[in-house]
Amino acid sequence: MPKKITIEPVTRVEGHGKVTIQIDDAGQVRETRLHIVEFRGFERFVQGRPYWEAPVLVQRLCGICPVSHHLAAAKALDVIVGAGTGLGLTAVGEKMRRLMHYGQIFQSHVLHFFHLSSPDFLFGIDADPAIRNIIGVVMHHKDLAVQGVMMRKYGQEIIKYTAGKKIHGTGAIPGGINKNLSIEERDILLHGADPLNADKMVEWSVGALAFFKAYHKNNKTLVDTFAEFPSNHLSIVRADGAMDLYNGVLRAVDTEGTRILDDVDCQDYDKYIEEEVRSWSYMKFPYLKHLGKENGWYRVGPLARLNTCDFIPTPLAQREFEEFKAYTHGKPNNMTLHYHWARLIETLHAAEEIKNLLIDTDLQKEDLVVKGKKSHRGVGVIEAPRGTLFHHYEINDNDQITLANLIVSTTNNNQPMNLAVNHTAKSFMNGQKEITEGMMNAVEVAIRAYDPCLSCATHALGQMPLEMTLVNENNEIIDCKTK
Amino acid sequence: MEKKIIATTSLAGCFGCHMSVLDIDERILDLIELVEFNKSPVDDIKTFTKPVDIGIIEGGCCNSENVEVLRSFRKNCKILISLGECAIMGGLPALRNGIPIEECLNEAYINGPTVGLNTQHILPNDDELPMLLDKVYPCHEIVKIDYYLPGCPPRADLIWEALVALITGSKLDLPYEVIKFD
Repeated sequence: MPKKITIEPVTRVEGHGKVTIQIDDAGQVRETRLHIVEFRGFERFVQGRPYWEAPVLVQRLCGICPVSHHLAAAKALDVIVGAGTGLGLTAVGEKMRRLMHYGQIFQSHVLHFFHLSSPDFLFGIDADPAIRNIIGVVMHHKDLAVQGVMMRKYGQEIIKYTAGKKIHGTGAIPGGINKNLSIEERDILLHGADPLNADKMVEWSVGALAFFKAYHKNNKTLVDTFAEFPSNHLSIVRADGAMDLYNGVLRAVDTEGTRILDDVDCQDYDKYIEEEVRSWSYMKFPYLKHLGKENGWYRVGPLARLNTCDFIPTPLAQREFEEFKAYTHGKPNNMTLHYHWARLIETLHAAEEIKNLLIDTDLQKEDLVVKGKKSHRGVGVIEAPRGTLFHHYEINDNDQITLANLIVSTTNNNQPMNLAVNHTAKSFMNGQKEITEGMMNAVEVAIRAYDPCLSCATHALGQMPLEMTLVNENNEIIDCKTK
Repeated sequence: MEKKIIATTSLAGCFGCHMSVLDIDERILDLIELVEFNKSPVDDIKTFTKPVDIGIIEGGCCNSENVEVLRSFRKNCKILISLGECAIMGGLPALRNGIPIEECLNEAYINGPTVGLNTQHILPNDDELPMLLDKVYPCHEIVKIDYYLPGCPPRADLIWEALVALITGSKLDLPYEVIKFD
């Protein structure tokens, strides 16, 4: 009997989403969709506001990675106030922002791994949902849960000291920052009482990686084949090819590793990227213009970043990077669950980078802001925890915003997440007599690997419950399962 | 003491209020001693499985689904808290209230500088998508709300103190610095 399955809401992801899966008479999965069901309208309602409000206004489309939006907007406004296109700030200006950003990457990656995803690894994808959550982790693996909580706290403390508060801060302003890091603040972060110090964070990041690698070793088939499919990959990289999450040029590679976007200037992003609108989701579908809708879509985020960069500029993470690359013989890695591996390598890199920045005395300098010749258009691109994030603003002579265009990380992963849902639904549900909760959670595990931020995706206004509906050929609903 | 049952949801919010709940940090371990979580985005309980003592709402209502979820919270929870600016007064998403919704949609899906050729003027309008409301509404205009915790987001200390007071029945004694909202 044909069915339509709805998983709604998709849980343990940031934001709201909904999945529909259509299964035909023969028990075969016919169509799957990941819907973003909310819309906010930021692009329109920031028009007319003074441009300097953008970094504090627009970050409020997302409370999970507000720093990414805060900084992407500030970077776009740097261009508008004539402070250059990425490296034009003073040393203290750029480094404070980098510290804020790596603190954010650290806390967000930790939140995703420990709070949201670890229950699937610790208890199993089809475990009882009553314990398959962070509270179950606290009850049954207290040490690990405490590590997750304290690591996230450390990242949030860094944001507090650089941005002024933990969520929706104000530290970055057009052309620079509004505070430096005092010696007292530096010492709290660098040498704080155990465990809240930089060395402990590096140590625990290594531990989290070891945990995942052990899981991988014991569940090789699952981790390597789960929603594995070829794709292009996109991110920014530093001019010399190093991983750089704050600033760089746009690079994309195809599934074989061939460059398909060769280190282009972020100010020109709209020459290379276009988005398709589909009627069933508020989230648009981006692709590389020159390759077209069919072949030009790409993945972003930790996995993509490890596929595009040539090396990681901190020693411990570089060693892990080499091991990661060797696993696929230097070719791009297309395995969805390897996002977790890549994310933990980045967590380690962030911890190392945080320590390097904290010992840098430039953070105590006092020349906070630069200004130059004003222009009317600015683009800010940053690697948010979940992937490449584009902010583009234009202003008029009265300093009012006349245009705002945002392509958020999760939107960039729209097509890949839809494919991951499709692969997983087919491999877990095809030919099955009964659709179990575990099978539906498998679909969510596929989505969760991308760490989608559906709050961001909604900026555009969105919500994502996981809802599976079984329909027949006339689209009549036969069965509806809601998680 | 028997554990109180808590449920949480994010409507037209940004999840920042939920993140601020997590910012109670190691006190999460104490919280778990006091409460049991039911329906919430932090676990996999997707529909209410028992009567709930305290429902925490983040975000206002911008579409029909927000309204349904809010009503089901009112029905299933003894006490409802509006957490943060969006739940209390619509917050930043309510900036769209002075603008026709069509203009917002056109800007995002037709006029945007990176929108590919969209000659048929396709806008998201599938049956699976909830209906947008004309405006963003604060929660208390839809259902009765018992308590309000302001801030964007409300600071973690405020959330913690308020929850403990509510759960244990003790008096809420907030230091001056905590009564500061943005």
